[in-house]
Amino acid sequence: MRQLIPFSIFIILIIFFAIGLTKDPRLIPSPLVGESLPVRQLDELRTAETTLLTSNLIGSSFILNVWASWCAACLEEHHLLMELATQDAIPIVGLNYKDTRQDALRWLDKNGDPYLQTWFDPAGEFGMELGVYGVPETFFVDMTGTIRHKHIGPLDRSNIAKAIDILNAEQNSSL
Amino acid sequence: MIPEIGHYALVLALSVAALQAAVPMIGARMGADNLIMLAKPLARAQFLLIATSFITLIIAFVLTDLTVSYVVANSNSALPLFYRISAVWGAHEGSLLLWVLILSAWTFALTLFDKPLPLKLNADIIGILGIISFGFLLFTLFTSNPFDRVIPPPQSGRDLNPLLQDFGLIVHPPMLYMGYVGFAVPFAFAVAGLLNNQINSAWAKWVRPWTLIAWAFLGLGIALGSWWAYYELGWGGWWFWDPVENASFMPWLLGTALIHSVVVTQKKAIFKHWTVLLAIVTFGLSLVGTFLVRSGVLTSVHAFATDPARGVFILMFLAIVIGGALLVFTFYKPDAPQEPHGSALSRESFLLTNSVLLSVATATVLLGTLYPLMIDALGLGKISVGAPYFNSVFIPLMAPLLILIGLGQRAFWTNDSFRRLSNAAKYPLLATIILALGTWGMIDDTSPIMALFGLVLALWVIFSTLAGQIRHYRSSKKLTSPYLGQSISHIGFAITVIGITLVSSYGLEKHLRMSEGETTTFGGYEFRFAGASAISGPNYNGTEAIFLVHSENKFEARLAPQKRNYHSGGQTMTEAGISPGFTRDIYIALGEKINDTDWSVRLNIKPFVRLIWLGAILMALGAITALGFGNATKTSHQSQKSYRINTTTRISE
Repeated sequence: MRQLIPFSIFIILIIFFAIGLTKDPRLIPSPLVGESLPVRQLDELRTAETTLLTSNLIGSSFILNVWASWCAACLEEHHLLMELATQDAIPIVGLNYKDTRQDALRWLDKNGDPYLQTWFDPAGEFGMELGVYGVPETFFVDMTGTIRHKHIGPLDRSNIAKAIDILNAEQNSSL
Repeated sequence: MIPEIGHYALVLALSVAALQAAVPMIGARMGADNLIMLAKPLARAQFLLIATSFITLIIAFVLTDLTVSYVVANSNSALPLFYRISAVWGAHEGSLLLWVLILSAWTFALTLFDKPLPLKLNADIIGILGIISFGFLLFTLFTSNPFDRVIPPPQSGRDLNPLLQDFGLIVHPPMLYMGYVGFAVPFAFAVAGLLNNQINSAWAKWVRPWTLIAWAFLGLGIALGSWWAYYELGWGGWWFWDPVENASFMPWLLGTALIHSVVVTQKKAIFKHWTVLLAIVTFGLSLVGTFLVRSGVLTSVHAFATDPARGVFILMFLAIVIGGALLVFTFYKPDAPQEPHGSALSRESFLLTNSVLLSVATATVLLGTLYPLMIDALGLGKISVGAPYFNSVFIPLMAPLLILIGLGQRAFWTNDSFRRLSNAAKYPLLATIILALGTWGMIDDTSPIMALFGLVLALWVIFSTLAGQIRHYRSSKKLTSPYLGQSISHIGFAITVIGITLVSSYGLEKHLRMSEGETTTFGGYEFRFAGASAISGPNYNGTEAIFLVHSENKFEARLAPQKRNYHSGGQTMTEAGISPGFTRDIYIALGEKINDTDWSVRLNIKPFVRLIWLGAILMALGAITALGFGNATKTSHQSQKSYRINTTTRISE
């Protein structure tokens, strides 16, 4: 029954589509996971001092949160970062991406500053190296400076907890 | 109040669609002519209701009615008027409304030209279009209602995505949808034809003009999208093999196979299964495209806001409509056994090869587009398929297609001889070789062999088409629209191929850092960066750089690429500075600011890039020409018949 072929192919296609719907295309693994965080000279947002910003953080695991004052979704996850900062659970470093210093500082003053320090990347060059393609994006970096996990889009409680688990697991296994 | 009228009209349209889907088809089964007769008024009422709904949405945008959440999300009172109107179809909800509006407009058009159709067939066609419309209206109302209110209204709207604030985007979606949705008409014809066992020459003759119009619109829509991406995205590319681009390209490719196959069914009453299947699958691919774009299963630069409920709905709809049609196809048995094919060398056999090549090409694009999704579904990981795959599988399929166009359009129906055909092909072949050798002498050694290859194939199509047209004109003593249209489209295709070949082989690109006042030489042109200054538009601020371009002491152009920051979304946009020309485009995109005087800059020289879109326009123009008007079609049949008798070929008509 040759005329059945188109229908059969179509059914297979529909099954694939149905499975595809259950997956999240934004969960693209970063090629940087498992790699070291690039070491670059960047300005600190508040102090405007240029420092080799990654080196002084190695020794503790931390969260690198890429944000911008123009990004609406960043506001969505902001209260969670504030909460995390008051708990003193893990240091959070901000990467202010494609922004102006003035706007960024005003945003932090208005919404609160959860960041231990904030690196300033007005041209988005460091962001480019990190493969950032949308803001917010969050990198979970272990104590050796290795990126262990990356989250695209606003964080929520469950995925923060999951990411910190991954971070701790990796840390324990490497110790 | 006005949005409620629109909403209410849409609800009414849904109930009318339900009647349109059920009543005429039931009438046809019961033989109740009074029920069948309701098809026309129902279809027309539906068009009026959806048009009313659409107009109220336009009014809401023009007045920037901030109590409508769709307006809030996509418009802003600072937006210029024509962008406020085009913002209606700038996002998901409004696009869907435009989709159903165009579907009802097509159905309305069908009711104006339904004279020659048998009553029952027509009832089924209108009924099937009613089913499609019902599904999409249900989808619009339940998952994507553009008339939802927000109370209390916010202070200001969020603004239209800056990428979409552009002339190209005002016209691109309506054109594309005219094509996408237009293929619903051949689809409805195919299913109705199967149900009534009326797939024959007459059926093919009725369906052919609708297919041609839809195909022409889809082609223009794709070309507009490509042109828009070229100047608006600032990457200098004109085609990215992006999933959304592929979604529109697949129905066009298969539609191309369909417009050729339907001619064979009309003339020879063969390829019936094939033509019907193409009609079903072409519309199926339009729906698959809608699914891919709307459900967010694939990531793309065109990503709309996504919602899993929408994906599930479209998938179910796709399964019912296309699955149902394919089931009908499975059980179709034509009354009379198919007429045996002519000899191996005939117009039909060339057209069969055309169908095979275009279907394989469509399948490779489909595979490349869905591959990431399938790999993910099978749990094998996340991958992405890029341009290298598409270029390496697609181009080798186009080469034989170009060779066969040149031969196929000269071949006789039913039976031709190798000797006669090579005789007909010898002058075009000679002209191609001479011109190609001439070009070969002109270009330098570094020229890629692909460039020569592409040019030879395209020139062959052009010369062969011209020779065929001249021959046809001499024997019939007049220009007949189907033949002329075919010639225009084939030449258009060849021109697009020339444009693609030249721009991909000889295009130049350079990234560099330039400070104000600096001059650089690139691609035979001298670029002077005269300076950068702040600018402000109605809803953005930004920087504009001025470049002066000279060639050999002659002033060429003053280009002003911009970087814009849109107020409400905070998005940064690159507006390329383009000096368009027939032989070349000079294209400058501003990168990042490095310090007070220095910028990173990208310079592009794009030779003959305009030919790509010129060719696409010609292809669409050819399709419209081929529709023929009034007597033209009849005369062409007679003249072709006498032509064949003159040349003493066997005719089996």
